[in-house]
Amino acid sequence: MGKSTEELYSEAEKKLRQEHGRAVKQIREELKTTKQKADSSLHLKKGSKRDLTDFPKDMQVEESEEGRILTINVGPQHPGSGHFRLVVQVDGDIIVGVDPDPGYVHRGEEKMCEYRNWIQNIPHLERPMIADSCGILYPFCLACEEIANIEVPQRAKYIRVIMSEINKCIFELYWLGIYGIFLGHSTMFMWPMGDRELLIDLAEMATGARVTHAYFVPGGVRNDLPDSFKDRAIRQLDYFKHRLDQYKDIFYTNPLFLDRTEGVGILSANDAINLGVTGPVLRASGVEHDIRKVEPYDVYDQLDFQVHTMKTGDTYARAYIPYLEMYESINIIKQCLEKIPIGPVRTKLGPNPRGPAGESFKRVEAGRGEVAYYVVSDGTPKPYRVKISPPSFRQIPAMSRLLKGARLADMPAIYWSLNYWPVEADR
Amino acid sequence: MSSKAAQSEQEKSQSKEVETEEQKIQKREEPKIEILPLEKSIVDKITTKFGDKVTLVYAKPKRIKFNITTEDVVDFARFLHDEIKFDQPISVTGIDYPKDNIIEVVYHIGCCTVPEYRSSVFAFALRLPRDSPNTLTLISVYSGVEYHERETFEMLGVIFKGHPNLQRLLLPEDWADIPPLRKDFGIKGR
Repeated sequence: MGKSTEELYSEAEKKLRQEHGRAVKQIREELKTTKQKADSSLHLKKGSKRDLTDFPKDMQVEESEEGRILTINVGPQHPGSGHFRLVVQVDGDIIVGVDPDPGYVHRGEEKMCEYRNWIQNIPHLERPMIADSCGILYPFCLACEEIANIEVPQRAKYIRVIMSEINKCIFELYWLGIYGIFLGHSTMFMWPMGDRELLIDLAEMATGARVTHAYFVPGGVRNDLPDSFKDRAIRQLDYFKHRLDQYKDIFYTNPLFLDRTEGVGILSANDAINLGVTGPVLRASGVEHDIRKVEPYDVYDQLDFQVHTMKTGDTYARAYIPYLEMYESINIIKQCLEKIPIGPVRTKLGPNPRGPAGESFKRVEAGRGEVAYYVVSDGTPKPYRVKISPPSFRQIPAMSRLLKGARLADMPAIYWSLNYWPVEADR
Repeated sequence: MSSKAAQSEQEKSQSKEVETEEQKIQKREEPKIEILPLEKSIVDKITTKFGDKVTLVYAKPKRIKFNITTEDVVDFARFLHDEIKFDQPISVTGIDYPKDNIIEVVYHIGCCTVPEYRSSVFAFALRLPRDSPNTLTLISVYSGVEYHERETFEMLGVIFKGHPNLQRLLLPEDWADIPPLRKDFGIKGR
């Protein structure tokens, strides 16, 4: 019992330190050996896959000769992509490979068409694109009219143009709002969503429904415009034009927006044509191609409007073209309201309309680009085959082309500039 | 006798009426439209190049359709792209005709560069046997048809040889039925 408490303490401390030192040494050695092992395996097995995690094979780290490539799933639950999955491979933060994987909202619209007659097909064909329901239905009506040789009254043609332009603005405002929030601009989310309501009210006044109108039918439109429509539309459009001017100040000249979009994701004109992209994406690359001008349907040949193009082909141009087109839409609607004649709005069809055997390929310019329908009839009341070629589906090849070589942070900016709508692409 | 004769006359007159209606329908089916000069120039260019290998289906205003064979498909597309300048792929459609035992694959091609052709859409169709629908991919000419061909592959079972990534696109990965846009695939309850 000669040892004092202090000595006891110091001995205990010594022992602890020794043990601790041993433990640290051991840990260090273990680390060293594992590191050596890892290095040697890296060195030996270049280009092979190693199971680092329990994730599925798609998501594992892959070692290649250029370095470590990580595969990331973007979507289908990611709020930035909609119901759509992008398998992105990144090296650091540079995207080296993209595999678009649509199909999460495939509903078999084309198969459904074969089981319903011409009129029954109207409501469900709008479902792929409820934000622009007139645009997606328009070519179907045109194709039916060509096959069954139906005359459309002049007033109905004007109403169709008015409604399709209103719907175009409704879609573009929705898109602009989401584009704003994904570039971190909350005001640009609130403003277009609020202004869109006014246009939806206008559409509701004419059709009775806010988004899915089922307003166009083969042979015209379902019902006439109410008497007070013209005054209200002009008032609404003047206000909308005033708001569009403000959008430019807050969003399109915003240095943050310019930094994120200018010179990002450049698509050349030749690539744009060969990849088959349409609409604002094509016109942003300098190709002046608008179905309303090159192949006018209904009354577009009697209207005076401009087709906007930009030569840069970057993300900024793709975001700016729809904005300019909203001004043109206002211009077109006002001209139609001036020129619209009085008369019937619908050619009455029989209870189960049918045409002779034949086929028709019709296309119109909607908010996202060219919507094309290929309708084949065998003379029965039901169409034999309906093929929808929506603009969103045609935008997919451009996606993988543009994202390769871009930074991961640029992905939302490029993705949303393509006006892609997953539900429409899947049908 | 007279009553029988009257009946036969009535029948004749009825049959005549039926015939006239049919004739009307036939007239509506095939309205004889003369081929306009613009379409005629395109048709002439193709017939001089390919001769009997291709057949003209119709040449309506702004819409032309040809039937071609699988052997010529790449040459035909190359000629259409390089010489006539139809350069924008619009859609690829597969249509099933079980009565004729044929699957038709229709390519619709538009034009963005030549001003007078920009309103036209050119279609060419391949009529493939339903048992083994094989054709060649056109990605080397129109790179945009990649996803359209993948869709036609899964929806109708058409195999595009030479396609770099011929996999399912829209259908679920565990789809274990016949291609759904074939006519013998029925919807439940219909």
